[in-house]
Amino acid sequence: MADTADPEQQTAPEPVALHGCPLVVAFGQRVLFVPRDQYAKVVKALLADGYEMCVDLTAVDYLQMPQRTVPDGVVAERFEVVVNLLSLKDRLRLRVRVQVPEADPAIATLFDMYPGTEAMEREVYDMFGIGFTDHPDLTRILMPEDWDGHPLRKDYEVGQIPVQFKGAPN
Amino acid sequence: MGIVNDVRDHGLAGLQHNFITAQVEDLVKWSRSRSSWPASFGLACCAIEMMATGAAHYDISRFGMEVFRASPRQADIMIVAGRVSQKMAPVLRQVYDQMMEPKWVISMGVCASSGGMFNNYAIVQGVDQVVPVDVYAPGCPPTPETLIHAIETLHQLIEDGEIVRRRQVSGAGAEVHVTEIPAAAQPVPVLLGVR
Amino acid sequence: MSILETIEQGNEPEQGLKPRSELTARELLREVGAVLRLSEAEVAKLGDVPVDPSEDQTMIINMGPQHPSTHGVLRLMLELQGETVLRCKPIIGYLHTGMEKTGEQLTYMQGGTNVTRMDYLSPLNNELVFSLAVERLLGISDDIPERAVWMRMLLSELNRMSSHLLFMATNGMDLGAVSMMIYGWREREEVLRFFQKVTGLRMNHNFIRPGGLAADLPAGWRDDVLGLLGQIGPRLDEYDVLMTGQPLWRDRLQGVGVITAQEAIALGATGPILRGTGVPWDLRRDQPYLRYAELDFDVIVGSYGDAFDRYAIRLNEIRESMKLVRQILDRMPSGDYRIQNKKVTPPPRARIDESMEALIHHFKIFTEGFKVPEGEVYVAIESPRGEIGCYIASDGSPTPYRMHVRAPSFVNIQCLPHMMRGGLVADAVAVISSVDPVLGEVDR
Repeated sequence: MADTADPEQQTAPEPVALHGCPLVVAFGQRVLFVPRDQYAKVVKALLADGYEMCVDLTAVDYLQMPQRTVPDGVVAERFEVVVNLLSLKDRLRLRVRVQVPEADPAIATLFDMYPGTEAMEREVYDMFGIGFTDHPDLTRILMPEDWDGHPLRKDYEVGQIPVQFKGAPN
Repeated sequence: MGIVNDVRDHGLAGLQHNFITAQVEDLVKWSRSRSSWPASFGLACCAIEMMATGAAHYDISRFGMEVFRASPRQADIMIVAGRVSQKMAPVLRQVYDQMMEPKWVISMGVCASSGGMFNNYAIVQGVDQVVPVDVYAPGCPPTPETLIHAIETLHQLIEDGEIVRRRQVSGAGAEVHVTEIPAAAQPVPVLLGVR
Repeated sequence: MSILETIEQGNEPEQGLKPRSELTARELLREVGAVLRLSEAEVAKLGDVPVDPSEDQTMIINMGPQHPSTHGVLRLMLELQGETVLRCKPIIGYLHTGMEKTGEQLTYMQGGTNVTRMDYLSPLNNELVFSLAVERLLGISDDIPERAVWMRMLLSELNRMSSHLLFMATNGMDLGAVSMMIYGWREREEVLRFFQKVTGLRMNHNFIRPGGLAADLPAGWRDDVLGLLGQIGPRLDEYDVLMTGQPLWRDRLQGVGVITAQEAIALGATGPILRGTGVPWDLRRDQPYLRYAELDFDVIVGSYGDAFDRYAIRLNEIRESMKLVRQILDRMPSGDYRIQNKKVTPPPRARIDESMEALIHHFKIFTEGFKVPEGEVYVAIESPRGEIGCYIASDGSPTPYRMHVRAPSFVNIQCLPHMMRGGLVADAVAVISSVDPVLGEVDR
């Protein structure tokens, strides 16, 4: 399960740099913080490095966690797009985290490098409202077409209805 | 009893009349309950238990129901097995509308009966908001024995004539609730009423 | 104009499939070219897609979401020219349950009930990946007792067997071998009976929890497992006779739904789809978790990437799982079935009467839940369908801040258009069946 030779790094991660972006090792996993404007370039470089499969692309809404730990030089924004890459040859995983501001929630698409991200990016758009520029078909995938709102955002209610008992006075 | 004694003593020659009268309605209700075909509406985990009920071990073929009709026009019972999402609700209603009367609905599992453990934006909280339900079967998922109990409850109601047609007044279902039977290591035969 | 502004102005394209005549040449070429990682010029030279899409003798038909051949509520739109499928688009979302949102409301101990209902054919694997991710965050991954680890492996392999048996049943039924449906379910009942004895439920067990398992194995479990293996083993040979060697079966599956290794990797497909193309990638061997590194098993690999390879891989994976279960039977250690860490696992019930502290811990764990340190982690294991991963971002509270499950079927479904391209409509059912999607995890 350890992704590096030394899986004991837990607290006090030592940032290193990869393709000019800070690389952090936490819980035995390598995480790369990439600025939004270099996102497509860096991922292309990683693809050339041998990370041929994009395993997962998702997002997190950090509205309720603005004080989270990020390396120096990284400005924490409301949304984060998280990409998991895998190198089958080297059996290595790498996680890429990109900060996406709330004011302009858009980011480059990875479709041309990893066609498997088509459905994943649609899901992120549907659930968070983050747009992917130049995506071939950016439509809702899980919710109905005419749904309002983006359900996984923190300011979207769960939608619980109070439990009603038969015959009980309202 | 007289007829029975006559036949026992004299064989068929003991019959005074060689026809027995009954109501056509009884025959119709009996045959409807014995060969009700389900429309396959398996959505999620409950669908797996529904298929297990149709398989050899639990076998609803002995109740006349092993043919899951793909076309709703040919089906009598719609077993809504699984959680109904917002996107699926109109499809559910459309399939229900395509079924011909008399038709019945069994809501299988807690997700179909009330939304189950998913009390959120995505799941319709109870399929009875979309279609009128006749029997609710609880469980997550209900064991095949519970489903058979629910089916047999419905069959009993059909045979007794209580819900031959959808209620004209309210358009609602029978709304019978079934208690869950915990699964036994060896399946126990389910008997309902006097047959 | 940003993309969001375009969409908000009402130009949002529908979720359906647009006919080929309405797409530009660039869009059509991108559909093919991106997957093959070719440039536009190279794809045009392939002659696959005509550069002039003005011929519109094509027909768009809709399959599902209510259709006996789709594995759950999957809707497929196919663009046909006669009987040939030109393009295909799967439309999902009919089983969207908001599980990731619900996951943020439930504590880590309750999270298993939520996650287990995603891939409802192998629920123990879902629970396992969730528990492993939580244990990573807690830092107790190395402290889980040996018996708990081996029990987890036993249950995971038995679940793989029952899931693949269900695949054989549904695959058979989709291709017309209806008796296989009955046989597959008969085998599955044996495994489910064992699960019921151990976990209390036939499906959706919520048995593998962070810290270990919910209970120990019952007495007599070894005989049950041996009986199970003794029954299923010979029957697998019967299925070989019934299907694998049969000319009709081979004609229907060989050469159908072909995908190349390059396409599969580009699309992110894992599991039998990727192994069918010849890439020997199995997380149990390549990134071992639990104690798979100590066990001896083969990774089954195909060569043609067609539906027959995927069927044969799953059939033989049942045999490999049986081999693994026998090894686990021999080597199952004694010990605790869960870690005795007061902060994570509830104390034994007997101690609640004796110690106030135990009572308080029990109460806090079940009502408020245990707190998990801040951080984010992604853990992946090999489920019967491919790589299932759990990404948890925690903020130090008893509930996850963000819980995301990377579902293998969600990504594998993207292979459907490329597998069906150029094939016949009648083979569409065989292709879907060979991908073996579970819509619960596709839609979550």
